[in-house]
Amino acid sequence: MLDSRIPEGPLEEKWTKHKSSIKLVNPANKRKIDVLVIGTGLAGGSAAATLGELGYNVKVFCFQDSPRRAHSIAAQGGINAAKNYKNDGDSVHRLFYDTIKGGDFRAREANVHRLAEVSVDIIDQCVAQGVPFAREYGGLLDNRSFGGSQVSRTFYARGQTGQQLLLGAYSALERQVGLGNVKQYTRHEMVEIVNIDGKARGIIARNLINGKLEKFFGHAVVLATGGYGNVFFLSTNAMGSNVTASWKAYKKGAFFGNPCFTQIHPTCVPVTGSYQSKLTLMSESLRNDGRVWVPKKKEDCKKRPQDIAEEDRDYYLERKYPSFGNLAPRDIASRAAKEACDDGRGVGVSGLAVYLDFADAINRLGKSVVEARYGNLFDMYEHITNENPYEMPMRIYPAVHYTMGGTWVDYNLMTTVPGLYAIGEANFSDHGANRLGASALMQGLADGYFVLPYTIGNYLADEIFTKPISTDHPAFLEAENEVKDRYNKLISIKGKRTVDDFHKELGKVMWDYCGMARDKEGLEKARELIKQIRKEFWSDVNVPGGVDEMNPELDKAGRVADFIELGELMVVDALNRNESCGGHFRTEYQDAGEAKRNDNDYAYVAAWEFNGIDADPVLHKEELKFENIKLAVRSYK
Amino acid sequence: MKFTLKIWRQKNTNTAGKFVDYQISDVNSDMSFLEMMDVLNDELVRKGEEPVVFDHDCREGICGMCSMYINGRAHGPKRATTTCQLYMRNFSDGETITIEPWRASSFPVLRDLSVDRSSFDNIIQAGGFISVNTGQAQDANSTPVNKEDADLSMDAAACIGCGACVAACKNASAMLFVSAKVSQFALLPQGQSERSERVLAMVNTMEEEGFGSCTNTGACEAECPKEISISNIARLNRDFLAASIMK
Amino acid sequence: MKYSVKPLFSSTIGKKLLMAISGLFLCTFLVVHLIGNLQLFKNDGGFAFNVYSKFMTTNPLIKTVAYVNYALILLHVFTSLALTIKNKKARPVSYGYNNAKANSIWSSRNMGILGTIILVFIVVHMQNFWYEMKFGEVPMMSYFEYISPEGKTLSTQNLEEVAPSSYGTVRQVIVKDLYKEVTTEFSEEALLVLLYVIAQIAIGFHLWHGFASAFQTVGINHKRYSPIIKTLGYGFSIIVPALFAIMPLYFFFIK
Repeated sequence: MLDSRIPEGPLEEKWTKHKSSIKLVNPANKRKIDVLVIGTGLAGGSAAATLGELGYNVKVFCFQDSPRRAHSIAAQGGINAAKNYKNDGDSVHRLFYDTIKGGDFRAREANVHRLAEVSVDIIDQCVAQGVPFAREYGGLLDNRSFGGSQVSRTFYARGQTGQQLLLGAYSALERQVGLGNVKQYTRHEMVEIVNIDGKARGIIARNLINGKLEKFFGHAVVLATGGYGNVFFLSTNAMGSNVTASWKAYKKGAFFGNPCFTQIHPTCVPVTGSYQSKLTLMSESLRNDGRVWVPKKKEDCKKRPQDIAEEDRDYYLERKYPSFGNLAPRDIASRAAKEACDDGRGVGVSGLAVYLDFADAINRLGKSVVEARYGNLFDMYEHITNENPYEMPMRIYPAVHYTMGGTWVDYNLMTTVPGLYAIGEANFSDHGANRLGASALMQGLADGYFVLPYTIGNYLADEIFTKPISTDHPAFLEAENEVKDRYNKLISIKGKRTVDDFHKELGKVMWDYCGMARDKEGLEKARELIKQIRKEFWSDVNVPGGVDEMNPELDKAGRVADFIELGELMVVDALNRNESCGGHFRTEYQDAGEAKRNDNDYAYVAAWEFNGIDADPVLHKEELKFENIKLAVRSYK
Repeated sequence: MKFTLKIWRQKNTNTAGKFVDYQISDVNSDMSFLEMMDVLNDELVRKGEEPVVFDHDCREGICGMCSMYINGRAHGPKRATTTCQLYMRNFSDGETITIEPWRASSFPVLRDLSVDRSSFDNIIQAGGFISVNTGQAQDANSTPVNKEDADLSMDAAACIGCGACVAACKNASAMLFVSAKVSQFALLPQGQSERSERVLAMVNTMEEEGFGSCTNTGACEAECPKEISISNIARLNRDFLAASIMK
Repeated sequence: MKYSVKPLFSSTIGKKLLMAISGLFLCTFLVVHLIGNLQLFKNDGGFAFNVYSKFMTTNPLIKTVAYVNYALILLHVFTSLALTIKNKKARPVSYGYNNAKANSIWSSRNMGILGTIILVFIVVHMQNFWYEMKFGEVPMMSYFEYISPEGKTLSTQNLEEVAPSSYGTVRQVIVKDLYKEVTTEFSEEALLVLLYVIAQIAIGFHLWHGFASAFQTVGINHKRYSPIIKTLGYGFSIIVPALFAIMPLYFFFIK
């Protein structure tokens, strides 16, 4: 059993008490401590900025050309906080409860409660930084209801909340860079972690401009490298989003938690062709006024939607989930769309799409109101599809969006490797088996601004006597050589298939067998297929160019190699979890289409330990204790 | 669809570059511009040639990573659009498409179509922030903000820092970028205490980074994928002149 | 926040302020110059025009303003040179293919060329009239001035129309006949007329962008007032140069 180091005491007091009993590092000593932060999204950017403010010596890394490009920027809808500004009965407890329930009771109570507690501080902090949240005419902050929540607790900045929050964190970070507290390494990708005497002590990074490997020492290393949705090739993630940093940590001893928990977002623009490089999310807020439907009869699927009579339409979300209707949570809405399409009633050229119809909303509210609410989203849709959603219903289909799984961390956000931390989407901690809308931004900023900067002190207080270790230490040299060999190998294979070829093949296997619905047989098959892909990749991949130069193909090859290994772990995890919960739907375990959890046997976090590339990973369990809420069937009917 | 692509190839910052022509066929009109580039690169790799390096990441028009000067225009022919949101249906079959990197001394070419925009980070480091440490904030609703000002601030804050303004400007001026950040904060009560210092610090750094001057041609606004208004530049001018005189 | 206050005019924004202020001043000069020159159209054998030019060349205030005017022209030119040099440095490698007309108007991108044409014109113009007037050989003409007992000039009168006055004295004033100089040059020198017309077109284009641009540079951009300034600028840049251009054409073709 894994120890999650949850503090003693009543749930509401755990964090407060823990904060005041954490060991402190005095200011003079902070200057002597180096912290490496990998990734500059909401979690990494805010953590690096805050650690810099506290006086640590911070080095921050991102593979993009500026910290501002991290993919948090693409989040549209909003950020939750239990401010109760709307006086509609919201509270820290309610946010906590909604998040646990939304995660299908597979998240850690103490973490989630802490998240709900600090959510209010995040809004204060961001407003002080100049984040231009939406406001009402009185000048106070506006809120909306989002993602099926029954209270209005979502703060937003038009459809660009992620962008504005990230730019807030980015400006705080750049301020620290300007002050000399943080050193920033852009176009640098972490490609190896260095452990010395069982502790994380540094990283190897590839300078993506000239291909040189650079070594960095740190008293602690923080991974804020986001999710691994790109294992599916097509996802709403950015092209560069990858698992490499987390994967290197996994192979160097950090356990990987619940890797099979992936979120498939229901409202994305459908795939149009084999050349497609990514999927675009249409904000979930569209479901506030849009109605989802497919034709009742298969033969109607190829008709124009306006030619299908009202009585021949199946508004399946409203039919199946009368109390939540079109606002059913993401995992449920996605699965329902898949069912409709599997039933042969999908629309569009591929048959893999459902309608999201605004005709009723336009009749009821008028075009101008709909335009004011969703104008930019409609424009974006028209941009991509060349179809006008004011006249034609949108066509949408689920797409991989977020990964709830990630590096396992304890209450202090430390991984199983001392000195190695994981924050934001990169860790597994707060969303259980399904994440609610507007909660990713909340978690990223909570970890970065308000949790890690405290908890890391507990570890670093004992590190003040550790002198910086030279990067000529054998452990660094060994790690550097490993990386060199790996890149040289990739370049020298000179096979016949491109990196994307393999990536697409992997993605298809993952989507078909480890996507919205999974079963034992399919997963077992997938595991074999992935092993095969791995073998072929290492003997037939074609990476052009050289190692010592800017070479995006080589960078991609390194990432895909890690995705292939991760894919197998996801399948192993999905096979292990003989239940359905949240984003993990095993067709063997259902009640007429609804997920059937097994709380007796699976109320645990599956944390996997690396055990060699060809050996089975070792399962460690962290038992989830629910002391403050009752486990219930998650019903949105 | 079929195209002739005239693409700028340059090995690294220190070597000279040149245009190379490529033919591409079987392009689907629903492909995005970058997907068309993917297809080209795929063909190049299969032929054993080096693929074209270009910057891109989110491919949904928000990260600001993609660049490219396409047919003489930053982010190509479509208004209010980043390159990643440009579709091949915006071009006509058989067309020759010229693709170049952003050109400015402050944006040195790294390779092919990829440029180094760290000068933008340097400008933000100089003053593109409000000096507030984590945990120092008061309650978010304690200072009301006039809705119109908040909306204008958001308009300015929508800047994605892609550099199209610099690329399109005949003087390679960064005024639109700088003014967007200055305006975002100048319009909010939170930004007032450092208003003068901010504009001085940011403009000084902008000048040191070697960007050109603004001659109000309006090209930046016309090519900005987020349609940031040059009224922000007027605000920057106002604030800078006032600060220079009063400080 | 670390910051430093540098001399205002060391920055490009400060230099642009100089451009804007000098430019707007030169606009007001154009108006004054135009009103004066409109006297050319008076059918009085040049009397009004010559009175005006005497006033312009002898009044100490006007003389001061004139020197300020020359200084501002030089300032406008040299500041623009400094800015242009910096701007050229900002883009050492130019685009292989640039479709600038898609995002900006022609005149806004060619202020330097337009300005150069105008500068050449100013030099020729000064040589033709200012220099000739001051140092050259210009035919003379005369008119009368009524002087009050206190010695104040009450009014001026054309020679043909002189009438006895019951009050004060009459004095004959002999001045250089600039009117004659102008009308002769304009009716005989086709190339000069052409240069003048081209220069006025250049001024028109220069102002088409420059007028409103100056307001933007000093920080005036308002959702309601800026469109008015723009319209005003467009009107200004058509009417003023057009009237100037009509003068040589009028004397060349009609008179």
